[in-house]
Amino acid sequence: MNRINPKYIPLAATALVMIALYVLGCVLYPNFTSPRVIVNLFGDNAFLGIAAVGATFVILSGGIDLSVGAVIAFIGIFIASMIASGMQPLVAIVLALVVGTVFGAVQGSLIRVFDLPPFLVTLGGMFFMRGMAFVVRQESLAIKHSFYQQTIRQLVIPLAPRVNIPFTAMCLIAVVVVATYVCVYTRFGRNVYAIGSSENSALLMGVPVGGTKIGIYALAGFFSALAGCVSTFYMQSGNPASFVGLELDAIAAVVVGGTLLTGGVGFVPGTLMGVLILGLIQTLITFQGNLNTWWTRIAIGVLLLLFIVLQKAIAGRGRA
Amino acid sequence: MSDSLLEVRGLSKSFPGVRALQGVDFTVRRGEIHALMGENGAGKSTLIKVMTGVYERDAGTTRLDAKEIFPRSPREAEACGISTVYQEVNLIPHLSVAENICLGRQPTAFGKIRWGAIMQRATQALARLDLDIDPSRQLSACSIAIQQMVALARAMDVSAKLLILDEPTSSLDERECEELFKVIRKLRDEGMGIVFVTHFMDQVYAVTNRITVLRNGQLVGEYLTSELPRLELVARMIGKDAKEVAAMESQQPGMRSVRDEKPFLEVRNFGRKGSIAPLDLSIRPGEVVGLAGLLGSGRTETARIIFGVDKPDCGEMFLDGERVSISSPRAAIRRRIAFTAEDRKIDGIIPNLSIRENIVLALQASRGTWSKLSRAKQDELADKFIKALRIKTPGPEQLIKNLSGGNQQKVLLGRWLATEPRLIILDEPTRGIDVGAKAEIEKLITDLRRDGLAILFISSELEEVVRTSQRVVILRDRKKVGELAGDAISEHAIMNQIAAPTAESKAVVDV
Repeated sequence: MNRINPKYIPLAATALVMIALYVLGCVLYPNFTSPRVIVNLFGDNAFLGIAAVGATFVILSGGIDLSVGAVIAFIGIFIASMIASGMQPLVAIVLALVVGTVFGAVQGSLIRVFDLPPFLVTLGGMFFMRGMAFVVRQESLAIKHSFYQQTIRQLVIPLAPRVNIPFTAMCLIAVVVVATYVCVYTRFGRNVYAIGSSENSALLMGVPVGGTKIGIYALAGFFSALAGCVSTFYMQSGNPASFVGLELDAIAAVVVGGTLLTGGVGFVPGTLMGVLILGLIQTLITFQGNLNTWWTRIAIGVLLLLFIVLQKAIAGRGRA
Repeated sequence: MSDSLLEVRGLSKSFPGVRALQGVDFTVRRGEIHALMGENGAGKSTLIKVMTGVYERDAGTTRLDAKEIFPRSPREAEACGISTVYQEVNLIPHLSVAENICLGRQPTAFGKIRWGAIMQRATQALARLDLDIDPSRQLSACSIAIQQMVALARAMDVSAKLLILDEPTSSLDERECEELFKVIRKLRDEGMGIVFVTHFMDQVYAVTNRITVLRNGQLVGEYLTSELPRLELVARMIGKDAKEVAAMESQQPGMRSVRDEKPFLEVRNFGRKGSIAPLDLSIRPGEVVGLAGLLGSGRTETARIIFGVDKPDCGEMFLDGERVSISSPRAAIRRRIAFTAEDRKIDGIIPNLSIRENIVLALQASRGTWSKLSRAKQDELADKFIKALRIKTPGPEQLIKNLSGGNQQKVLLGRWLATEPRLIILDEPTRGIDVGAKAEIEKLITDLRRDGLAILFISSELEEVVRTSQRVVILRDRKKVGELAGDAISEHAIMNQIAAPTAESKAVVDV
């Protein structure tokens, strides 16, 4: 059988779009070929990418997580405040990861135990976390600590003269590798797919649906918190008002990356490509120079609609 | 080999307002195929769900291999050695065949799934059942029959001792059923105990060794298949004696006559391009007109143009001799025509409303929002139809989703009867319900006819049409090809007309 499995078609389409955008950039702008463009693509979009990987698990299981942006903002200001009050940065980061994971697990438990729709639970979580961020501090706070100003900045891998892979990009790549492994090579990962494809069947097949669901939202909370940590590396500050609507960018990246919004089909590397596509569009518009940055949003919107139509077309063909 | 494998003793299970099982005993022996029979609502599904750990029992014991078990989830039941294949394929459509067979028990090394081993294990599981299926194929790309086989392979992949097949054949054709039977006979010969639930009598007699019959949540008895004639089985299931059933099956003389009245509905040269060729049809009060034909012969299409769902593009329609044109179902309802559609799940029931609310729905709708039926009136209607239609329920406030298929169908019928129609169109009212409920629906149709209702009855089951109709209109290829009346109606005659392409000239028999 030489026919490609239809589930790979969206992934192939994503890869094509990504390559096409990059080639377009290289043709239009000579500077685009510099390795720095690629390095920045990873570094600038690291926290979005990590959040999107978390969202991938949730969407694969047929759910949705709207609390991502608020959690990142909360974690950012939480870490900044803790460090400002004298806590060791590493301790603050570990604490932040625990808080994010527990928060995710609570959301998951509400969804599971009371059989509530994820949309509403995480909408509530979003308001709660956004509010908590402002409770921690009303305005943004710069992080002044040698760990941030020196250690993190020096943790780079030199790639070419004057081009280094930043620590944030390394975090993103590590997250993608680990998450891909979890999806493909662990029972937990396969259960996520099973629940997303048919929750009722999964239950009757003996999949531990309840525990897996709570695990998914805990994992998403962990990734959101990690994205929050990475955002502080990138911004060197925390801001309770930042990242409003970031969860929607993450969802867009996941869908453009070939994951079915209804669950059951998708790949973590696809999500990475989705994030890079979003980043490439942004970079192209920056290089162009004359266009308002809001054109990024328009391009993403059009792309997102195209991908949804593509998925629908494939699903329709699969049934026939 | 007749030692018992599974022994269920004194099992009871209640749901709010319903005693689903009362002190039921059930025994399955090694190396037998055991049919679990009963009408809808008799407690078969509940018994199965208790055995497989979906429900928790209220009382009783379950022993497997003389060891007491108490499964609290399908997973635990599987671990004990009880595997289940359900009516609807319960597998994961987006995953591969191999993964569906191994999901939840994938071979791992240090937590890492070994995909090679999964493929190997799936290939073996498929080979054991002599199935030639590519394990790397995505499940949703396989036919339902293949999916059912994969479900079976999955059930066999654990070292199952007891296999429960809950209506596995309802979506398979004859050849596919034969394939399935071959596989389960093979498993039986290997010493496995198999529980088989089905509505098809032929299949019961084709594969099973023993039959346990349930009725109203209670055990009726356990019989050897070879010693229980069909008629006896049906009688046990519906709780009548065999003579009554025999009488029911051959009640013919006397019921064919129709009071000679003017037709309530008459259509002449009535048709619609692409759905049904122009035809003549009339139905008198107190008459059941059967519409017979193969699937896709235009039966439902005829009903739809009469009810105003589709517009006819030629012909005339008369109600009580007055020429009318019905442009929408609303208009049809206003003229006191009712229509129960083929798929009761789509047209029909509103699962989360009570029986009372479901019954008053159409009547309330026809009265409009501003003249609400009083609660007293609603209760009266609900009680009346529960009694008249013999709906099995603890009370009118029971949610309709908790009823069995046959009883849901009766509620639907009640809903339309509450609007006091003069013509009711029944499109496959007995589909997917069991023998006993079918017999009751048939009886209801006859009662309604005696009350002077005009009835257009559509059914795929010819015996049913023959038993209930005074006249039968036969359709083939979206065309009326004949009409039989009175004593000329027989299955044989209908079959002849459905089959014979040149029977038209002889078709019309006068009343």
